[in-house]
Amino acid sequence: MLEIKNLHARIAEDGTEIIRGLNLTVKAGEVAAIMGPNGSGKSTLSYVLAGRDDYEVTEGDILYNGESILEMDPAERAASGIFLAFQYPMEIPGVATMEFLKVAMNAQRKARGEEPLKIPELLKRVKEAAGSLNMDIAMLKRPLNVGFSGGEKKRAEILQMKLLEPQLCVLDETDSGLDIDALKIVADGVNALRSPDRAIVVITHYQRLLEYIVPDSVHVLYRGQVIKSGDKSLALELEANGYAGVIDEAA
Amino acid sequence: MPAVQETIEQVRKIDVDQYKYGFETIIEMDKAPKGLSEETIRFISAKKNEPEWMLEWRLGAFRRWLTLEEPTWARVDYPKIDFQDIHYYAAPKNQSGPRSLDEVDPELLKVYEKLGIPLKEQEILAGVQKQPDGELDEANDNVYKSGRVAVDAVFDSVSVVTTFKKELAAAGVIFCSISEAIREHPDLVKKYLGSVVPTTDNFYATLNSAVFTDGSFVYVPKGVRCPMELSTYFRINEKNTGQFERTLIIAEEGAYVSYLEGCTAPQRDENQLHAAVVELIALDDAEIKYSTVQNWYPGDAQGKGGIYNFVTKRGDCRGDRSKISWTQVETGSAITWKYPSCILRGDDSRGEFYSIAVSNGYQQVDSGTKMIHLGKNTSSRIISKGIAAGFSQNTYRGQVSAHRKATNARNFTNCDSLLIGDQCGAHTVPYIEAKNSSAQFEHEATTSKISDDQKFYVMQRGIPEEEAIALIVNGFVKEVIQELPMEFAVEAQKLIGISLEGSVG
Repeated sequence: MLEIKNLHARIAEDGTEIIRGLNLTVKAGEVAAIMGPNGSGKSTLSYVLAGRDDYEVTEGDILYNGESILEMDPAERAASGIFLAFQYPMEIPGVATMEFLKVAMNAQRKARGEEPLKIPELLKRVKEAAGSLNMDIAMLKRPLNVGFSGGEKKRAEILQMKLLEPQLCVLDETDSGLDIDALKIVADGVNALRSPDRAIVVITHYQRLLEYIVPDSVHVLYRGQVIKSGDKSLALELEANGYAGVIDEAA
Repeated sequence: MPAVQETIEQVRKIDVDQYKYGFETIIEMDKAPKGLSEETIRFISAKKNEPEWMLEWRLGAFRRWLTLEEPTWARVDYPKIDFQDIHYYAAPKNQSGPRSLDEVDPELLKVYEKLGIPLKEQEILAGVQKQPDGELDEANDNVYKSGRVAVDAVFDSVSVVTTFKKELAAAGVIFCSISEAIREHPDLVKKYLGSVVPTTDNFYATLNSAVFTDGSFVYVPKGVRCPMELSTYFRINEKNTGQFERTLIIAEEGAYVSYLEGCTAPQRDENQLHAAVVELIALDDAEIKYSTVQNWYPGDAQGKGGIYNFVTKRGDCRGDRSKISWTQVETGSAITWKYPSCILRGDDSRGEFYSIAVSNGYQQVDSGTKMIHLGKNTSSRIISKGIAAGFSQNTYRGQVSAHRKATNARNFTNCDSLLIGDQCGAHTVPYIEAKNSSAQFEHEATTSKISDDQKFYVMQRGIPEEEAIALIVNGFVKEVIQELPMEFAVEAQKLIGISLEGSVG
């Protein structure tokens, strides 16, 4: 589903190269964890996948369902089924969460040539999804992410992910700032989305999240490259020994 | 003395008549010659069959105007206007208009399409002249009947208008053109016209007083709650009121009226200079709500052309516990110079100003409000949202003052500016003056930029760039949109989106 080939990307403004020849393949149905120390390029990778224009791809390619997405803008990528759950979701003052969900869902439907959702159907879907995440419906009337606690923001991200039904989900440090209860709810939400035709990329610093979202593969990112790949035991190894061993091994 | 007075009157009458005849050929042309003089004013007044006192009022304003200088304090920059190079009167038909929609600027049509305006209405807004079908309606200034039928179509068929007129009449509400009011309700007009914005007020208001051609008149009698929102949409003879519009709204004791001015669709307009005057009078316990959507031609992408909009709008909370509320959505015009204000004269009276001013391209907006607290326990609230994009300049200019007798005057002001891109400017110029130590004035102002983070986040949910900007901006202006009547609010949101198109990239 996702094939990243020898990807090089730099910060557009100052030309600093962050991703330096990254290779990664994630199949449909797979949950891949990307781990790595701070500054290894984890968040940059998520931004480059989503098409943020502060980064320039200078070499290599990103294939999604076999086709390059480099020429697509973030909205086009999203409409084609790529979803990024943000580490720091943005506040959108004055735009009720419910309204935002409606606009986003219908924008994607429009891009696929589908009719906008009827309000009762929309409400039904939103209520169902919010209920499964233990979210208070009253919260949906509040402006998106404005005054939300860290846990509420992350839950709102997962809610959007559920409703937009992406094919490729990228979760950027979704565990950061979550207490254990919130973490379980979020992880349950993600697990519910596991399916044979969907790929999930979980970017995390700690192994903790992977106890709840058990990955099929684990990849260690360091200095903009995947330096080691393995199964879920690799995460445990990293937890026990830190990144130093893996880094030394690669060097 | 009476004899002398009589003589003067006599001479005046003769004068007026002579001018009438003197302009005979011009009447056929249906246009006053260019330039401004007492003759022009007599021509306009005669053309409208106005009584003597009205002509005098106009002439007084004109003489005053000759002594005034064009103000230069606003943060707007435009070539000097030659006031002698303007037609001050043109009859409602304009033969120079396009013949069909094929001749109309396709950009304009695109906007209509986006707003979902039906074809028939598009024609009218774009000023399409129907081919004469030989049938002239002599009773109505020789306007072609086919044109009027189309107008009816806009207003949802004749029956709607008729029903609505009946309903208003039953309630005792007078809603007509100011010209008609001058003829039919001279006592009301004499009593209130110029009582809020005097003929001596300012350069543009004084000019308007001399040459205004038409506008609306509303009178809501004591204790009556106007049974519907009054809108220029509904007034058939509103077409082509021209560049010097004059509106007068009076709410008697305990009356309530909500008035909607304007249209979300951009209108084709031959006149570059607009100088309107709006006066509102609220007596004891009365409430007037005045909403505007202004979407005139802002000029082309290089900033050429576009309407100059110099408006004086003022409400007088003359009675105790009266309330006047202004809500405006300004997206059009090359230059906007506009400060809808409230004079809080009655004790416990309240003034409100809710504004959204969007500027894009090379537009210049200098707009805001004045809240003049004169009575005791008066309160006012100002919520202003300025959005600047492109190369535009957007200034909020506001004055809040408390007279020394205005015990416990209170004001809350919130001015937020949002910048899109880095070539535009937003400015806030508040003047705050309290001569009474019990006054409490609060002022908050913020300037922010739509961050790339925010835009990226919204786009990542599948919302295309321009829609993403519109969504963020509509969130920013939410507080003001909520103040608009329902059906206006939806259109205003769409309009803001359309106005900001091309502001990114």
